[in-house]
Amino acid sequence: MNIFKDAGHLFRFAGLFVLAFIVFLVVRGYVVPKSFGQYGHYRGDAMSDIAAHPVKFAGHQACETCHTDKADEKSKGKHAHVNCEACHGALAKHADDPAAVTPTKPDTATLCARCHTATAAKPKEFPQVNPSDHSNGVPCETCHQPHNPAIADAGGAK
Amino acid sequence: MNLSRRHFLVLAPAAAIAWKAVSAGTPEQSPNYKTADHWWGMLIDIPKCIGCGNCVRACATENDIPDGYFRTWVERYHVEDEDMTNPQVISPDGGKEGFPVAAEDAGKYFFVPKMCNHCADSPCTQVCPVGATFVSPDGVVLVDPKYCLGCAYCVQACPYGCRYIHPEKKTADKCTLCYHRITKGLTTACCENCPTGARQLVDLKNPKDPIHEFLRTHPVQVLKPQMATGAKAYYNGLDGSVR
Repeated sequence: MNIFKDAGHLFRFAGLFVLAFIVFLVVRGYVVPKSFGQYGHYRGDAMSDIAAHPVKFAGHQACETCHTDKADEKSKGKHAHVNCEACHGALAKHADDPAAVTPTKPDTATLCARCHTATAAKPKEFPQVNPSDHSNGVPCETCHQPHNPAIADAGGAK
Repeated sequence: MNLSRRHFLVLAPAAAIAWKAVSAGTPEQSPNYKTADHWWGMLIDIPKCIGCGNCVRACATENDIPDGYFRTWVERYHVEDEDMTNPQVISPDGGKEGFPVAAEDAGKYFFVPKMCNHCADSPCTQVCPVGATFVSPDGVVLVDPKYCLGCAYCVQACPYGCRYIHPEKKTADKCTLCYHRITKGLTTACCENCPTGARQLVDLKNPKDPIHEFLRTHPVQVLKPQMATGAKAYYNGLDGSVR
C-alpha cells in the first residue's frame, strides 16, 4: 500500500523544476551586479561611476589660490560675482598643471557683447549697449578693464 | 543512488545561497561625501537671467554633450499684452550662442533657463522597466548607462522634456546636476559660469543654505506643479505664461 508506488515520473519532473530553479539562482548571481538593491531598485555603484566623470571647470576657488591679484581687482568692481571661467573658459587642466596648459586671452569684442548687447528681453537694470554705435569700433578694453569695468576717469560710471 | 540525489537537492540551493552572500561584498564609498547629508535642488532667478547662454555652453563643455542635444537650455518668451495664453517661445540652438536682439514691442520679453527639475517623485524613474534611472539618496535623478536599454520610455514620461537618447551611447541621457562636481564640493558647471547668479545650486538639507530664507521671502514656483512631480528646480519671478 505505497501511495508513491506509481509517482516516480512526478518526482523526476519535480526534480527538473528544482534543477532549473538552482540554475536560475546561479545565473542570477552572475548577472545581477553586487550593488544592485543597495539603495533601491538600481545599481548603487552607478553613482560612483557618474561621480568619476572628469571635472573641466576648476571653479573660482582654484583660480583664486594663485591669481590673488586678479581676484582682489575683480572683487572691487561690478564683475565681483562673475566667476573666472565664465569668461576665460574651462581651465581645470591649467589648474592641475599650470605650466603645461596656458590659457589664451579671450577676445573682448565677442565676450563683452555676449552679455552686454542691448535687447528688450534683458532685465532693465542690467547695463546694456548697442556695440555698433557705443564705441565706433574701439575695443572694449581700451576704456573698460574687464576685471573692474567701471571707467576710472568718469568717476566710476556704469 | 537515491541518497546521493537527495543530498544534491539539499546541498545545491544551500551552496547557491552561500555563494551569492559571499559574492555580494562591500561596494566602494566616497570618503568625505555622505549622500544622507544632502538633498540637492536648483534655484533659478528669472529676473536675473540675461540670456547669454553661458550655462548652456558650460554644460556642453563639462559633460561632453553632442551638438544639438541639451541637458540645459534657455528659452526666450515673448508674451503679448492681449494674448497671455499664447506666448511665443524661441530657443535657437538652446540659447547656446545667445538670442537675436528683441525690439521694443507690445508685450514683454524674458528668459527662462530650463533643465532637469530633479523631481522627488519623478515620472521618468517610475516608468523605467529595468531600474536604470533612479532618484539618488541625495535627491539627484541619475541614469545608469550600463543598465539603460534605450527604450526611451523615460524620454516620453518627462513632463519637462529634459531627457534625450544619446546619439552615440544609445542610452537615455540627462542632467546629472554635475554629480561629479557636487560630490567634490564644487558647484555645477552652469552655476559656476552664470555671470549674474541667476542659477544657484541649493542643498535643502543644509540648514545654513540661504535657500531657506529665499523660499520664505520670495514668490517661488516650480514648473507644472499640477503634475505633483516634487520638482526641485525653484523658479523665482516665474511668469504665469511659462509652460
